[in-house]
Amino acid sequence: MPTETTLKVGENVLLEVTGLKKFFPVRKGVFRRVAGWVKAVDDVSLFVCDGETLGLVGESGCGKTTCGRTILRLIEPTGGRVLFHAKRMDRVVDVASLSKREMKSLRREMQIIFQDPYSSLNPRMTVGDIVGEPLIVHHVSRGREKEDRVRELLQAVGLKGDHMRRYPHEFSGGQRQRIGIARALALDPRLIICDEPVSALDVSIQAQVLNLLEDLQEEFQLTYLFIAHDLSVVKHISDRVAVMYLGKIVELAATEDMFAKPLHPYTEALLSAVPVPDPDYEAERILLQGDVPSPVNPPGGCYFHPRCSYAKPLCSEKSPEFRDLGGLHFSACHFADSLELKGVKTE
Amino acid sequence: MTKSQKEEKIRKSRGAFHEAFKGLLRNRTATVGLAMVTVLAIVGILAPVLAPYDPLRPTMRERLTPPTSAHWLGQDELGRDILSRVIYGARISLTIGIVSVGVGMALGVPWGLLSGFYGGKLDLISQRLLDILLAFPPIILVILVVTVLGPGLWNAMIVIGITSVPRYSRVVRGSALSLRDAEYVQAARALGSSDVRVLLRHVLPNVLGPVVVLGTLYTATAILTAAGLGFLGLGAQAPTPEWGAMLSRGREYLRVAPHVSAFPGLAIFFSVLGFNLLGDGLRDALDPRLRGVR
Repeated sequence: MPTETTLKVGENVLLEVTGLKKFFPVRKGVFRRVAGWVKAVDDVSLFVCDGETLGLVGESGCGKTTCGRTILRLIEPTGGRVLFHAKRMDRVVDVASLSKREMKSLRREMQIIFQDPYSSLNPRMTVGDIVGEPLIVHHVSRGREKEDRVRELLQAVGLKGDHMRRYPHEFSGGQRQRIGIARALALDPRLIICDEPVSALDVSIQAQVLNLLEDLQEEFQLTYLFIAHDLSVVKHISDRVAVMYLGKIVELAATEDMFAKPLHPYTEALLSAVPVPDPDYEAERILLQGDVPSPVNPPGGCYFHPRCSYAKPLCSEKSPEFRDLGGLHFSACHFADSLELKGVKTE
Repeated sequence: MTKSQKEEKIRKSRGAFHEAFKGLLRNRTATVGLAMVTVLAIVGILAPVLAPYDPLRPTMRERLTPPTSAHWLGQDELGRDILSRVIYGARISLTIGIVSVGVGMALGVPWGLLSGFYGGKLDLISQRLLDILLAFPPIILVILVVTVLGPGLWNAMIVIGITSVPRYSRVVRGSALSLRDAEYVQAARALGSSDVRVLLRHVLPNVLGPVVVLGTLYTATAILTAAGLGFLGLGAQAPTPEWGAMLSRGREYLRVAPHVSAFPGLAIFFSVLGFNLLGDGLRDALDPRLRGVR
């Protein structure tokens, strides 16, 4: 998808997703016939450059999490390609079509951090076993060597090495999230999909965990796909942002560009909800009318047109193309060129 | 060593089962149940040491003697010492409990685990098979099979175990179904764990709680069912000192010598009550929401 010839998977792009789809069947009746499909991820295309953080934002239920898990093949994709530059195999692979064995070795390079630190750690295992499991599974180390590595990892995420003999229920939410991060780091991955890693935490803890993620990114040259619904968090941590609506990416751009000058009406509406720390600032909230349409039965044309205040007849007829409007600022709006959309002040 | 370091040493956490055990001891009825089961186990294991007489040796001259100082619980219709027979009976009942619960768990747990974890057609078919088994009242099924295979303690134990398979399977399946999508299971998959590893390390340990409770409660049911079979003459055969069979034989002398059936009956009552109390207590102790209420 990157149109500028300078971007190439395997050189500076680590992950490129093209036309990714995940449909879940809706079954009905006694015989459980398939009555329709939930288009959770519907033709998503995006790319993540080596060493950057790409924020993926959207409302609840828009398919962000499914998208992240489909990239990792925790959920089998219905269609599309996921190109990933696997360093250990030294080639670009299509994750979506790898065999089980190849997939296992690829898992060393892409990991995930979950949203809920309470359900993402097995309550019957010690912290040492949890963080050390990847090392055992991939035959990296065992015994004394494994223990040393676990201690090192725990220290890297700001915990004590001695914590490895304890059980998850003895830790706070923030500490548990750190354990989850240590587990994701154990295999020295290149890409980490952060699935709303801070949205279950207290605001004071959120900042600590975000800073930790940033420090770790620098230390271990990590690339993040950062899924979130909190725009202030995304703005803080992301180099670029992708906005998702009803299973589709509607806008993808560098963070400052998007916040300063959004090119999709949905992004404009989202940005208008970001609080500005200035008491004299007169906020002009754009309140979207209606609800998010059902992903089982999305509206024709542009999925956003029923709620869009700029909608024209064309919008309900033709599905807009997701295209580069210059400077790698992608948008899926027919009128992205002509609309004068408002961003937010970035200091 | 500072105080906090000391505390840390002491706290050296021991996991959920340790917590559950502490919770169990805080629960008074469960503690009573545990004590009763422990007594039963000790009596069963030490039967040859504790029993004052040979449980099988008849003394025809002393038939149906009521309790005396020499024979604390009296003698039965063949003049055998009832105390010794009840003590040896504990051994048999314990075996019944362990074997039938073992058979039930050994089949039911993996069955439920695979059914719930993989879902789909496998789940559908295997659960319908269990529905068939569940449709029969267990005692009818047990009587049927024992009649076909021939009466005997071992047949009875195995069949009792098999009739409990659906219960274990259902409990495990339900938990496995919900754990399949748990984030720590997803995490294990994301880091490349095999299905076997995910099942054994992540799913199984987290479904064991309810299974242990069910097993304890089912031990009581198994003992009772086996006693019922013994009573009907389909379980343990004479002269085995099995409580149900003893009860059955004593029934004929209920008017002249009620002690012959009363003591085995009390023994059944005691052991069933013990396992039930323990099971209820375990259920409360393993449920964190109920912990600390009592």
